[in-house]
Amino acid sequence: MATIDQIRIKLHVNETGLAPAVEVENVYKSFGNQRVLNGVSLIVSRGETLAILGRSGTGKSVLTRMIIGLQTPDSGAVRIHGKDITGLSIDQLSEIRKKMGFLFQHAALYDSLTVEQNVAFPLQHHRREMSASEQRDRVKQLLEEVGMVGHLDKMPSDISGGMQKRVGLARALALDPDVLLLDEPTAGLDPISSAEIDELILKLQSEHHMASIVVTHDLRSAKTIAGRLILLNQGRVAAEGTFQELQGNDDPFVREFLKNS
Amino acid sequence: MSGNNIGIAAAPAGQLVPLPLVDGSAPKWVGTKFLEWFGELGIFSWRVVRAGATPPFEFRELFKQLDEIGSQSLPLVGLAGAAIGVVLALESVQSMTRFGAKSLLPAALVYSVVHEIGPIITALVVSGRVGAGIGAELASMKVTEQIDAIEASAVNPYRLLAATRILACILMLPLLTLASDACGLLMGWVALATVEPLSFHQFITSGFNGSGFNDFLPPTFKTAIFGLIIGLVACFQGMRTRGGAAGVGRAATSSVVLSSLFVILADVVLVKFIIIFFP
Repeated sequence: MATIDQIRIKLHVNETGLAPAVEVENVYKSFGNQRVLNGVSLIVSRGETLAILGRSGTGKSVLTRMIIGLQTPDSGAVRIHGKDITGLSIDQLSEIRKKMGFLFQHAALYDSLTVEQNVAFPLQHHRREMSASEQRDRVKQLLEEVGMVGHLDKMPSDISGGMQKRVGLARALALDPDVLLLDEPTAGLDPISSAEIDELILKLQSEHHMASIVVTHDLRSAKTIAGRLILLNQGRVAAEGTFQELQGNDDPFVREFLKNS
Repeated sequence: MSGNNIGIAAAPAGQLVPLPLVDGSAPKWVGTKFLEWFGELGIFSWRVVRAGATPPFEFRELFKQLDEIGSQSLPLVGLAGAAIGVVLALESVQSMTRFGAKSLLPAALVYSVVHEIGPIITALVVSGRVGAGIGAELASMKVTEQIDAIEASAVNPYRLLAATRILACILMLPLLTLASDACGLLMGWVALATVEPLSFHQFITSGFNGSGFNDFLPPTFKTAIFGLIIGLVACFQGMRTRGGAAGVGRAATSSVVLSSLFVILADVVLVKFIIIFFP
């Protein structure tokens, strides 16, 4: 018998004629005795932005790392454009990752490379047909999009946390991804820098039309950049919908979370 | 490898029993951890071989590592070889004069340096310099999620980081050994010449008299195995690191300690192997 999640996915495919950009179906994950994800399912359509909210330690980052294949679920399936990525080898995953971008929580820039070399890294490995000058032009264009074109020769240690996230975002966009994953893009930033990053994400969304998943604690940021929100609690989806729908939710945890955010 | 917290308690009968781990999983004996380490090393090696043998090949990174591991180690290896040459020469003069075998001094020096001292000293010096460097660099990349970022950029880190470094170690160790041998012999001759007059031509002619390729090639090329051990252990220890700055320190230390230990153990086996197959 088909589960509710399978019926939802079939309905989605029937409506759009295309498999969703990202499907997570009934995923479980434990570390030792601690169960982090307890049957999570979600669907993100092409061009849609989904925010994943929840308290610290509820498995938000683990979920995004699973979507890009950096961690494997104990059970369940993760599909990108309809292809199940669980159990694929690194090289098979690489083919799928070429169409995905990932902004790490702490940017994870290569500390021995300059800002320019960081953004050029994916191009040097996957756009070998581009000449060095074409790659340089593309890097400049990407850094211009995120407002960092004046910092080409700086090392990651010489720029602020907010600037590092901008560079990380430019690197994530280098291969024109269909799916963009953002892990806490505004964490640790002051309110002005957070708002700037939000505006940047919105601008990139409108220009690139990617499916995006944003993991955040920041309800204001989630409300600004995402059309749909998911609230995780104890490894399960506690609530799902637009911000207004979540506000009308009667679940005590949802009300508590929204009240304190 | 998980579960570092092995506990031992005295049972009523006086026997040692393992305590359960904090996370409730089964306790692990040191032997189990030892076997796990080798098992994980085997899986890691397979991944590196598979990644390194299939395209796209990372030539740019390989050349960078050849320079980093080869050229940058040359002064240190040369100096170590030279120092050993001098020490061996001075020590040999004393002992061989006592036994009336002074005429064999050049041959003894050449044989000792090329057969054993040059290769093992080179491997230990490279293990210290390169093993610690690779271990610390990869560990630092691991704890700051840079290795994950490489993977997320659709690049295989086993190919980019591990295969290139291991191959560079394999290729560079024999060349560095030749350099170390040359420095050792040169400085050994200088040291001998200070004790009694001996031209370099006489030293070389007498030293290599009656020797064939079988005497010199296997000991030199066995260092490729040492290179494999140093590169593999350092990459493995670096890429499996956990635990922030302390983890980076542990990875650097364990890379040097384990690779030096395995080089010495491998040397025991290889010496026997060379004696049997290249008599």
